[in-house]
Amino acid sequence: MKFANNAAPHWRGAESVPVLMRQVLYALVPALIGLVWFFGSGIILNILVAAVVALGCEALVLRIRKRPVGLFISDYSALVTAVLLAMSLPPLTPWWVTATGTVFAIVFAKHLYGGLGHNVFNPAMAGYAVLLVSFPEDMAAWPLPRGVAPDQQALSLLTVLQYWATGAMPIDVSVDAFTAATPLNSVKGQLGMMRTMQEIVGGPLFGNIAGRGWEWINTATALGGGWLLYRRIIRWQIPTAMLIGLLVPALVLYIVDPATHPSPAFHLLSGGTMLGVFFIATDPVSAAASNRGRLIYGLGIGIITYVVRNWGAYPDGIAFAVLLMNLAVPLIDRYTRPRIYGHGT
Amino acid sequence: MTDLVLIIIATVLVNNLVLTKFLGLCPLLGASTKFETAVGMSLATTFVLTLAAAGSYLVDRYVLVPLDIEYLRLISFIVIIAAAVQFTDTVMRRSSPMLHQVLGLFVPLITTNCAVLGIALLNVQRSVSFLQAVAYGIGGGLGFSLVMVLFSGVRERLDFADVPTPFRGTAIALVTAGMMALGFIGFTGLVQE
Repeated sequence: MKFANNAAPHWRGAESVPVLMRQVLYALVPALIGLVWFFGSGIILNILVAAVVALGCEALVLRIRKRPVGLFISDYSALVTAVLLAMSLPPLTPWWVTATGTVFAIVFAKHLYGGLGHNVFNPAMAGYAVLLVSFPEDMAAWPLPRGVAPDQQALSLLTVLQYWATGAMPIDVSVDAFTAATPLNSVKGQLGMMRTMQEIVGGPLFGNIAGRGWEWINTATALGGGWLLYRRIIRWQIPTAMLIGLLVPALVLYIVDPATHPSPAFHLLSGGTMLGVFFIATDPVSAAASNRGRLIYGLGIGIITYVVRNWGAYPDGIAFAVLLMNLAVPLIDRYTRPRIYGHGT
Repeated sequence: MTDLVLIIIATVLVNNLVLTKFLGLCPLLGASTKFETAVGMSLATTFVLTLAAAGSYLVDRYVLVPLDIEYLRLISFIVIIAAAVQFTDTVMRRSSPMLHQVLGLFVPLITTNCAVLGIALLNVQRSVSFLQAVAYGIGGGLGFSLVMVLFSGVRERLDFADVPTPFRGTAIALVTAGMMALGFIGFTGLVQE
């Protein structure tokens, strides 16, 4: 009888990069439905633009570098980056802004560092941070969520297209009538005007906990994230640690002075918290390698996010926190290297 | 006291010398290829920066201004920095030869680190008190160290990455420094000055 003699590993996991990336895309569907329901279908156009640009850039760079184009294009990693970036942008973002961010994410943050598996920084967040710094006005142009004003409608696809083409809203409506500060932004602005949290939360923008629309979008995102956890596509360390890092300081300061600090529940369900916790911080390439390292990494992201939200000039700090902790990953890995069995520490 | 702590936080995170004023880029690129080297350089620079900030403040305040010879500021600061460096070197060699062996090589290099001269000159521009000048020195040194240590970690990792050939070495290091600055922008507004 003849046995095949192969080198280890003999047992391969069923997960390959394309399979994992596809699951991540599926898990984003609830969040996408939430975004479309509350903010209109502009977000879908964003995703289309980002996806086309991302795949184009990916193919171009791979071609220039003489790498197998088909193999890497079909692994969905560029698509995941594009979708994550597009879902963090407001639905009214002009197409060229989305495209700029995507080019930066794919070409600079990913391929200059050697492509998938080598990138030091999370590409989607690098692209987002560039846009936030370069086009702050466009990045703040979130439309009013559905249900704030009684006769208000969500933006239709046609409206957004027209806005893209002409730079103006149809029927002589200014953009300002459609857009509003996000809850995080408005909390920051109004606290700056010496109003208390109780007064702010009474406003029409705020729903039950964390801002109309946003609380549901975050819940939907968490649903998708929970599914990823259940399928063991992401591990629990980073999400848990990031939530601890964000919520513990929030709770402490909320107990000390509830008048000037939003509650932990507000932080939990507003802005991009859930997208960051489950989909962005958990990017396996740019995160720490060991389990202990992941706990530190997640904790750092949570704390920096809270620091930026609470004391910084920007309304949300997830993108910056992720970039900063990406920087710290080599150091974290250095000090959390697992001990080799039989060796001293 | 609080304002001194705020000065240090601001100089480390918000107005980082390296990332917002582009001072001290040469050691950042030159001495960051290895983690241990970067740590040594950071420690030595922080020490000298603090010393030089204090020394240049005293000389400016009690010698240059009373004698009305501010035009000698640049040259006298350079002398002070060189003296601080020499002093550090000598003290270190006598008191802890071990440390000197690790850092010895970097200490003379600090003389030409523009961050040190930068802090001294910025302190004059800001017209601060003595303690504030020292706080700016400490903050500048810590900020430099933070960037240096993080940067060297990333650079060590880049040695194993499949970076495109034209971008190997300094090019990707500068791109990384830019990314780093992008991340630090998040701290904008942390401390109102």
